[in-house]
Amino acid sequence: MPIKILMPALSPTMTEGNIARWLKKEGDKVKSGEVLAEIETDKATMEVEAVDEGTLGKIVVAAGSQGVKVNDVIALLLEDGEDKKALEGMSGAAPAKTEAAKSAPKEEPKTEEPKAAPAPAAAPAPKPAAAPAAASAGGRVFATPLARRIAKDKGFDIASVTGSGPHGRITRSDVENFKGGTSVGGAGGGLRLGSGATFAPAKSKLVPHSTMRKVIAKRLVESKQTVPHFYVSVDIDLDRLMDLRAEINAIDEKTKISVNDFAIRAAALALMQVPGANAAWSDEGAMMFDSADISVAVSIPGGLITPIIKSAEKKGLAVISAEMRDLATRAKEGKLKPEEFQGGTFSLSNLGMFGVKDFSAIINPPQGAILAVSAGEQRAVVKNGQLAVATVMTCTLSCDHRVVDGALGAQYMQAFKNLIEHPIKLVL
Amino acid sequence: MAETNFDVIVVGSGPGGYVTAIRAAQLKLKVAIVERAELGGICLNWGCIPTKALLRSAEVYHSMQHAESYGLSAKGIDFDLKKIVERSRGVASQMSKGISFLMKKNKIEVVVGAAKLDGVAGPLRKVAVTGEGGKVTNLTAKHVILATGARARVMPGMEPDGKLIWTYREALVPNTMPKSLLVVGSGAIGIEFASFFRDLGAEVTVVEVMDRVLPVEDEDISAFARKAFEKRGMKIHTGATVKGLKTGKDNVTATIELKDKDGKTKTESLTVDRVILAVGIVGNVENLGLEGTKVKVDRTHVTVDGYGQTGEPGVYAIGDLTGPPWLAHKASHEGVVCVEKIAGVPGVHPFKTDNIPGCTYCRPQVASVGLTEKAAKDKGFQVKVGRFPFLGNGKAVAMGEPDGLVKTVFDAKTGALLGAHMIGAEVTEMIQGYVIGRQLETTEAELMETVFPHPTISEVMHEGVLDAFGRVIHI
Repeated sequence: MPIKILMPALSPTMTEGNIARWLKKEGDKVKSGEVLAEIETDKATMEVEAVDEGTLGKIVVAAGSQGVKVNDVIALLLEDGEDKKALEGMSGAAPAKTEAAKSAPKEEPKTEEPKAAPAPAAAPAPKPAAAPAAASAGGRVFATPLARRIAKDKGFDIASVTGSGPHGRITRSDVENFKGGTSVGGAGGGLRLGSGATFAPAKSKLVPHSTMRKVIAKRLVESKQTVPHFYVSVDIDLDRLMDLRAEINAIDEKTKISVNDFAIRAAALALMQVPGANAAWSDEGAMMFDSADISVAVSIPGGLITPIIKSAEKKGLAVISAEMRDLATRAKEGKLKPEEFQGGTFSLSNLGMFGVKDFSAIINPPQGAILAVSAGEQRAVVKNGQLAVATVMTCTLSCDHRVVDGALGAQYMQAFKNLIEHPIKLVL
Repeated sequence: MAETNFDVIVVGSGPGGYVTAIRAAQLKLKVAIVERAELGGICLNWGCIPTKALLRSAEVYHSMQHAESYGLSAKGIDFDLKKIVERSRGVASQMSKGISFLMKKNKIEVVVGAAKLDGVAGPLRKVAVTGEGGKVTNLTAKHVILATGARARVMPGMEPDGKLIWTYREALVPNTMPKSLLVVGSGAIGIEFASFFRDLGAEVTVVEVMDRVLPVEDEDISAFARKAFEKRGMKIHTGATVKGLKTGKDNVTATIELKDKDGKTKTESLTVDRVILAVGIVGNVENLGLEGTKVKVDRTHVTVDGYGQTGEPGVYAIGDLTGPPWLAHKASHEGVVCVEKIAGVPGVHPFKTDNIPGCTYCRPQVASVGLTEKAAKDKGFQVKVGRFPFLGNGKAVAMGEPDGLVKTVFDAKTGALLGAHMIGAEVTEMIQGYVIGRQLETTEAELMETVFPHPTISEVMHEGVLDAFGRVIHI
């Protein structure tokens, strides 16, 4: 009997994913451990490795397919001696020996991977027509059965619909009135805008949303709509920090500490000094964190991701710098593990490299605050009653007022400013 | 009364008004309720509750008469109309006292008298309440919710006289048992009285202007009901009109225009002891001080938005005073939505009438929710219809209640349960199962996967769903 290769669960909350591409063709010989396909989840791209040897008999789910349910059969592998005839009559429902496809990021073979559990080896039950729909990065989506079915028929990802029912449950009318997204199938007829008008200029093309784009849209809309943001800005003198940085980077050629690395360390130490700002709102109570796990926004093709420097308060500049470089590189390749970008207690977003003077960031829920770092630039400042030139950067903290009050946000920025302006404290 | 200013004044203490008042109190609003008669309104005192007491007596009487079919014997079975009515009044008065207790418990000020809107005082609305002896109490509140209900409609030429020609009010407290009775109108009220008096032995004739009895119900249910009523010995004329009523000394002669088998119109006259008029209701919009306000009244009912807001700021209306369906539970829920909106409860949705069950307590009982098959088709739905007879249900047969039918109407495209229609024993207690299913927006899949307890009559509900999808088990 051919071996079924199932859609693996790459994280505990994953319920579906997209087949990014197949690395083997039908008829290719496959050895155990070889990469069969790449699977795209909310944010990361992961590889599916073969567990058994044989010949790739049939690709059941084609490359580019979206919303493939975990445990769905994605391919059939012929064992030695079997020919293609064995594939006849094989479908998702037939009882057969089933192998879970194993997944592992290339860099991390088999070690330290408790979260990316392989899919259960049991044969999946035949799915009813109304299979439960997707969950997003946030976990379970609450929706009525009818809403799920209508969303499925219309080709919507139900996770992108905002629920108006009790506790945000997505109801039939939410799906029926949903105009924000385009259908997964990419049906033509122009884009429906919120007003109900159809927008179809002569020269435009519809780019289907990637999973990441949908997650960004959902989470940021949720943040701006439900989190009461307020903003605290300070101007910070960078001269001393720039001098110190030049000094450190002159030690040897390998060391290259960036302003961003300093900012991460300062952000973490300031959280230790003002622990009230290291908090997240939940309906049950304020979640207070002990360690400063700093989520750092990294721009990647098609969107952004926030890899985490964990316990940054305990890490020196060199360690932070090395970790950040590794995370950023792998983020751009789409090769981060879920635990490397999920979680985090506080976010930092730096647009300084683009010469940005000042900006306000959107809080990354459920975190309580995000620090926006802008470019250091020479400005005319008044020092001791005299006009002088100094390198100054403007930083803006966006706080969730439910957990971080105005005075607390201001205290935090005071601490952050103090650390940056006395950078020797960051080296200690 | 020390306090005269409130957050909310509710006018009328029926199931719309008193529930609204309690919900308002729960939301920490300071509430007064104005009632000109008994607490609990028509529902508790002259409607839902006392009729159920009468019908229960009739049902027990019917069972006793048929004791033999259960292997029992009973002799000298009789009834005392006076005692039946006394019991009914006792139940009503007990429930009304219960409302009085609930008002106290929720610290709601009960003001006895007739309320009238009396202009504004700054941001407040003034309400003048005329009590006993013409004594006027002046109240103010930010919000006034009108819940004054409705009363029986009177047709010209057929005015009730309270002696020979009754409305529901006189029919609830009959002093004599009519030997023959004409019921005009076959809606819930008319049919319940027809059923009651028929069970006690009256010769009952029902005249309905529409082409079927219980005209709001699904056509299959109407047909089933008509057969059951005729089997019980009721005479039913549909597509017929009462042209006039002439009262004699102790009887009434009605002129009835009806169509014969060939569709030709003919006129018959019928002499009966009593007539019950049940030809709809009109809203109690008079003497409320609506004149000169922006409250819009359309054919005796107040026009409101989804939150009970009238055209006049600070003035709301709920229940029978507004649009259909004219049901107690509709009024209660409409009032809750209204007052939650006033209190700023987050996530209050506008009131919708598409999932309100309706129950009629005749024998056999009738209950339904949602669209009839015809209404669904008229709306353009492609439907899947399921039917299941009580005869295929073990519990119903064991109870000696094999006459009944459940009918489900599904949207073939989405699997949404568009409507459910039931006739038979205990269906009024069971319909809520479908209502919950619809409220939670289930599809046929969840309903089919639900395990119903055996042996219960409720299993017919499961079978009714299965049948719509070709999966029925017991027929």
